[in-house]
Amino acid sequence: MKIKRRYFLLGAVAVAGAGVFGVKWADGDAQRRAMATTIGDGEAGFTPWLKIASDDVVTIYSPTIDFGQGSHTALAQMAAEELDADWTKVRVEQAPALPGFANAAIIQGFANEAGGLGDKIPKSLLSLVARSMPMQLTGGSSSIRYVGQILMRKTGAAARYVLLEEAAAQLNAPVSELTTADNIVTHAASGRSLRYGEIAAAAAERSLPNTPTLKEPAAYRLIGQPVARLDIPSKVDGSAQYGIDVSLPGMRVATIMMAPVREGRLESVDEQPALAVPGVEKVVQQDDAVIVVARGYWQALKGLRSLSPRFSDAGHAALNSPAIYEAQDQLREAGNATNSAGSGDVDVHFDAPDAQIVEAQYRVPFVHHAMMEPFAMTAHHQDGKLEIWVGMQDPLSVRKIAAEAAGLSPDDVTVHPLIMGGGFGRRFPQSCQIIAQSARLAMECPWPVKLIWSREEEVRHGAYRCQSSAHLKAAIGADGAIAAWRTDYVQRDNAEMECPFNYAVPATSRRHFTYTTNQDDGPLRSVNSTQMGFYNESFIDELAHAAGQDPYAFRRAHLADGSRHQRVLDELARRSGWQSTPAPGVGRGMALVESFGTIVGQVVEASVDEGGQPHVHKVTAVVDCGSVVNPLNAEAQIQGGIIMSLSIALGEEITLENGAVVQSNFGDYPILKLADTPPLIDVHFLQSDAAMGGLGEPGVPPAAPALANAIFAATGKRIRTLPIRDQARALEA
Amino acid sequence: MPVAATVNGQAVAFESETDTPLLWALREELGLTGAKFGCGVSACGACTIHVDGRTVRSCVFPVSQAAGKTITTIEGLKSNEGELHPVQQAWIEAQVPQCGYCQSGQIMAAVDLIARLGKPTPAQIDEAMTNICRCGTYPRIRAAILRATDQAAE
Repeated sequence: MKIKRRYFLLGAVAVAGAGVFGVKWADGDAQRRAMATTIGDGEAGFTPWLKIASDDVVTIYSPTIDFGQGSHTALAQMAAEELDADWTKVRVEQAPALPGFANAAIIQGFANEAGGLGDKIPKSLLSLVARSMPMQLTGGSSSIRYVGQILMRKTGAAARYVLLEEAAAQLNAPVSELTTADNIVTHAASGRSLRYGEIAAAAAERSLPNTPTLKEPAAYRLIGQPVARLDIPSKVDGSAQYGIDVSLPGMRVATIMMAPVREGRLESVDEQPALAVPGVEKVVQQDDAVIVVARGYWQALKGLRSLSPRFSDAGHAALNSPAIYEAQDQLREAGNATNSAGSGDVDVHFDAPDAQIVEAQYRVPFVHHAMMEPFAMTAHHQDGKLEIWVGMQDPLSVRKIAAEAAGLSPDDVTVHPLIMGGGFGRRFPQSCQIIAQSARLAMECPWPVKLIWSREEEVRHGAYRCQSSAHLKAAIGADGAIAAWRTDYVQRDNAEMECPFNYAVPATSRRHFTYTTNQDDGPLRSVNSTQMGFYNESFIDELAHAAGQDPYAFRRAHLADGSRHQRVLDELARRSGWQSTPAPGVGRGMALVESFGTIVGQVVEASVDEGGQPHVHKVTAVVDCGSVVNPLNAEAQIQGGIIMSLSIALGEEITLENGAVVQSNFGDYPILKLADTPPLIDVHFLQSDAAMGGLGEPGVPPAAPALANAIFAATGKRIRTLPIRDQARALEA
Repeated sequence: MPVAATVNGQAVAFESETDTPLLWALREELGLTGAKFGCGVSACGACTIHVDGRTVRSCVFPVSQAAGKTITTIEGLKSNEGELHPVQQAWIEAQVPQCGYCQSGQIMAAVDLIARLGKPTPAQIDEAMTNICRCGTYPRIRAAILRATDQAAE
């Protein structure tokens, strides 16, 4: 049922994207109301997204959030590029959570890319989009390639167009004789010039062109430059205010304990022990949680720890991680796939008498996002109005969800979006229990209340990357090439639309078997491409070795000659020194994964010490994302993705026991530290004329399989189950 | 009984109960929110501050132990003239932060490391910098520490 509903919603989005929600100029009251909230005295608004003040300061409003990926700076670069703005006068702010600031560009972007209902739309993302319209979603590595390319550049160019028109009128000179640079319109012939700030108010009265001409890349002076991020100064002096930093007069602080088994309910709790703790003011019982409200966090936590609530297990007491893998195996072996894709008849090749058959089974556990800032949300209810302070990946949807939980109209809910201490997919409002918890709590309290999740609650109640398993089977023909490839995978979501299979194989089959648990599987940075990349890129390495071929040459032979993929692979081999002999004990492993429109190849150099512990010495990455807006940011995103992927592959695992999550903090959910980070992570971008791809996520998928392949090269031991940590002994050479 | 201490050069008297972790007293009593709550068990280092010049993970350091101590938070690193500390400056030049949440603690840890060792070697950096960064800014943290100590990157 769930799947069918998703398909329906997907169709609805494609239609909407093509027609109704295209990026048009101020086409309604919503945008006018939106601008009224941001345009102050001496400021002129050119669409809700850009305003120019009389002192020449240019402010860009971003409909997407920046939770560390640097997108706000890059979006400002793109608008400022087309505007010919003075970069030192450019500011960027998060757009208010109002429908007039909704992110229509993401919808148009996905629709454009797909040409309607194509095969490359991340379905899981679009269903989120559909459910939450109007929304301000950040996801799918879409900020720059869609919001930037579609909305920001067009906005900047349109504003420049009317500034030129206005200047032409005031200078009594044709537009063709005017030039723009650094917030100034110049008429060289007469030697006169006008500042944007002095003509902005009049220019903003003119009607904006719907299809302004955009610059050719040769004319760029900001796009492609390593511009310093605008948000960094506030992040080195402690002044940046995150959701958890909110302070309001009379505010109380609360913390929560949820049912240890997801879907369990609070059966009973004696509130007295908490109320006896100094500073505790209130205990609130919700359906599946108990909350203690106090003067400060420590008092609330002490109050909570004094309680002995009873929770039900919702019938999940038999659920544990090994049993999930067993059930997944049984489901797959029963053979009734939920979804099938591919081409040709794999069975013909599997049954061919001269075929070399290779089979392998892979498993990956639940993985937690582990954003550094635990959830924190502040809400205040007064006279039927609810005010909220929080950082989420879609502020408009926060408003909607909070309104529903509080029994109010969205118009009576005001959301103040704040910056976030990470997210990585954890902050999609639809998976954020804290929104409803906090909104309901506020309705019962006379004060503003900041609800903070402890790290333990954060770890135990995540929206994890799914626990998933796969069986892969291939036939290698007499010519040494792959004749047939089948991937059978078991997890909740169908990955077909977001994980392209790029190797040329005569017969392919991808079968998805739907398996659900009581967990709310969530999108984790690069979503299904993490596990699908691990399956496919580990298995092709196995096939190369089975065929007695070099893993690079083997991959290359199965990629179209002259393709972007082959170009990335060749550059990767060259830059990583693939053909050279690695240091003694060190193995090299390779992987190539396309996700979110970007192709990333990586080579990992790793060894395993005498105690069986793996060490990563070097990572080389080659990236084709079309073009790069900010190379400094781009490098940071790929490096960060690699480190996160290595961390996940080496040691991260959420397990269920009796229906509840076992892990609770960084002690038993270890995150890679600086000392374990390879000294060299070399990232190289290949410029291509392809459509711009994403960068926040595509760095993640290749590192895990490249590491596993490197360990095989170093030790001869094949890693087929993550994390690697638990197999350390088995790796002893 | 208030606990007297010096925070960023100012005399203060903490009124929080004495078992309150200093992190919460700094954040909720003094409004110094630069030190962050990450784990509550001294595992991640987001709450790192200096007590008498040395790093302390303030989420497990009770207010009672702060009596008479000199405490510095990220807000107190700037000079009296408002100039950034050289380590903060290096953090900007190396463009370290992504989400930024762990960076106050990372910077405080790096300032202490450099104060103790002058020009730390890569191995000393690895040993001392144990704060967690989920965004994976570690390569640039290394680069910033080398830059702050006038050492060439590897």
